[in-house]
Amino acid sequence: MTETRFKSMKDLPARHLLGTGTALCSGCGGLEVLHETYDLLGEKTIFINAAGCMTLLSVYPYTPFEESWLYTSMASAPAGAQGIRDAFDILLAKGRLSPGEDLQTVVLTGDGAAYGMGLSATSGAIERNLDFLYLCYDNEGYGNTGQQTSAATPYGARTATSHGRRGNPGLKKDLFAIWAAHRPPYVATVVGAEPLDLARKIERAQKIRGPRLILALAPCPTGWGYNPEQTVEIGKLAVRTGIWPLKEFIDGKVVHTKIPKQRLPVTDYLQRQGRFAHLFTPKPNEPLLQEIQARVDAYWDELACSNQNTAD
Amino acid sequence: MRAMITGNQAAAWGARLAAIDYLPAFPITPQTEIIETIAQWVENGEFACRMVTLESEHSMITAAGAAAATGVRVFSATSSQGLLYAMEMLYTVAGWRAPFVLANVSRGLASPITLEPDHNDVLAARDCGFLQLHCATCQEVLDAVLIAYRLAEDAQVRLPVIVNLDGFYLSFTREPVQIPAIHQVSKFLPPFDSLGLKFRAGKPLSDAMAVLGGTPYSYFRYQNHLAAMRAVNAFTSSAKAFGDAFGRHYQAIEAYRCDDADVVFLMIGSFATKAKAAVDRLRKAGQSVGLVRPFLLRPFPVDDLRKILDGKRGVAVVDQNLSPGTGGILHKELAAHLYDVPDPRPVLVSFVGGLGGRDISNDEFYAMADVTREASEQGRPPPPRLLFTRQDWREMRKLQAIAHARQSGGAAP
Repeated sequence: MTETRFKSMKDLPARHLLGTGTALCSGCGGLEVLHETYDLLGEKTIFINAAGCMTLLSVYPYTPFEESWLYTSMASAPAGAQGIRDAFDILLAKGRLSPGEDLQTVVLTGDGAAYGMGLSATSGAIERNLDFLYLCYDNEGYGNTGQQTSAATPYGARTATSHGRRGNPGLKKDLFAIWAAHRPPYVATVVGAEPLDLARKIERAQKIRGPRLILALAPCPTGWGYNPEQTVEIGKLAVRTGIWPLKEFIDGKVVHTKIPKQRLPVTDYLQRQGRFAHLFTPKPNEPLLQEIQARVDAYWDELACSNQNTAD
Repeated sequence: MRAMITGNQAAAWGARLAAIDYLPAFPITPQTEIIETIAQWVENGEFACRMVTLESEHSMITAAGAAAATGVRVFSATSSQGLLYAMEMLYTVAGWRAPFVLANVSRGLASPITLEPDHNDVLAARDCGFLQLHCATCQEVLDAVLIAYRLAEDAQVRLPVIVNLDGFYLSFTREPVQIPAIHQVSKFLPPFDSLGLKFRAGKPLSDAMAVLGGTPYSYFRYQNHLAAMRAVNAFTSSAKAFGDAFGRHYQAIEAYRCDDADVVFLMIGSFATKAKAAVDRLRKAGQSVGLVRPFLLRPFPVDDLRKILDGKRGVAVVDQNLSPGTGGILHKELAAHLYDVPDPRPVLVSFVGGLGGRDISNDEFYAMADVTREASEQGRPPPPRLLFTRQDWREMRKLQAIAHARQSGGAAP
């Protein structure tokens, strides 16, 4: 592990940059991550946004940001970052901009844009080696329109468009692997409930140029069906059950940054959320719950195996 | 410098002389030669410009608008399906009030898929907030790009502009073009001044924010409209400055041999030069006909149009586009602009032709003049006509026979 200035929670920034009083839901896990990330990124940041919950942060004439903001469309936020980054580079090269006027370009989108409609623009931006940070708040559904099934919705979850007894029949798309397959310099998963892990990853990402993804699980009280005060707890459970592995892809290798020693059963996470309630009532859907548990176990077993192999 | 160059090369020269900083690009026929030409100059070190190939036109227009909003001069180019693929962003970046120039090389839209030109692509973008200039010659393409930057960057306007040229008829046709010297152009077109509206650290700017409710939404939409309306005067002053600098004078609407004409053709784009030739021949035969050709289509120069058509008895509106279920788009626009003109108003006769690159022959122009004259004498127009000759019909029959033969395993239809 490389040197970090974040040894303990006390090292996290004391100054908070994101303004309060936004239109977002209380207990929003996406906002939690944005708060933590923005404090680490610093003021000199321009956010380039795609259609989603966070679009409602900047509603004329209010903005919670210290610096600039550009809303683009659902599909093309990375292309907006391309235009801005290229323009800054042109101006710097031609001496029409002082380095102090430069801004880091941060794409801010939900999973709807990141996993689906915006994937082509994202892939293009990575391939062009665009110098940008992509912050995805993954609330596992089209949250802003009322939590319909997206490509990020987990297997079995009930959404506004997956009402059946088995919930969503699809598997959550592996965006981390899709990014890693492009061989970018940095990809990481985070969750707001683990701020120290998050801070170290933002710190690392900031030292690197090129396309970088911070993929944040964003517990969503409204869409997932739990009380807002439980957002941190749900986030921690996602990690401790092994459902949301905290990891990074750096120098061409995947490294897990927090391996749960004793994984809690997935039901500890699932039964806290209304979106999985149909798996427990009127009686537990054992085969489906076992299927979910088996998938999580298989992920970690495979990891243990491959680590053993590399140790040899 | 005078050179034989294609319309695509003329567009590229316009961008080069405008000293663009940035070219977000995506290839599509018949536009590709524009970005290839510029790419070659950049590669050879003849021209300092950053070119980036995006993965779609949707992204290309997003990048173009974002870069213009950051304060650099941007040029881009597309055609047809590409323009429609970018449609969401055309509306969006016009709302950003991001000034840049987009060349559209007109090409018919699917279905059926084709490479050859008509104007359904560019007219699909007529309501998006971009201004539109429509070129008839390769020289006009180069000149229009330069005028378009003056127009786009005018403090009273600040809107993106589409410069339209027809695929094949202009894009791949060489014509003699006067290429002005760069020092002359830089006097006409000084460096882009974004008037403080640009992203800079320490100067927070929130662009394209959401609004809640109809009041702010209406306000910003009206702003876009009023800026476009101000572009009528801005065009006049830009075109005058251009004429003074380069000796080529452009009007918002070209009126060719219209002064004493009873009947006029109304067309946009390169096919208007065919109408011009027909006008000359009809004049020789003793008919008093003319041609009206809007160069500026957005904003629509209504006052100029009314002045030019004052006293005319008939207008043959030749639409190279088709709005299924209503007909020619320009015809409807023209009718709307002339509705409250006091009588005697000219009779408008609607023709649809030149779709997917189909030629319009001299005979067809003569026939359209006859039909329009007759309608003006009767005081009412005939139903709209879709140009399709016996020869077209025979050709179509042949193709159908082949299609049928393949289906039926060779049996005669």
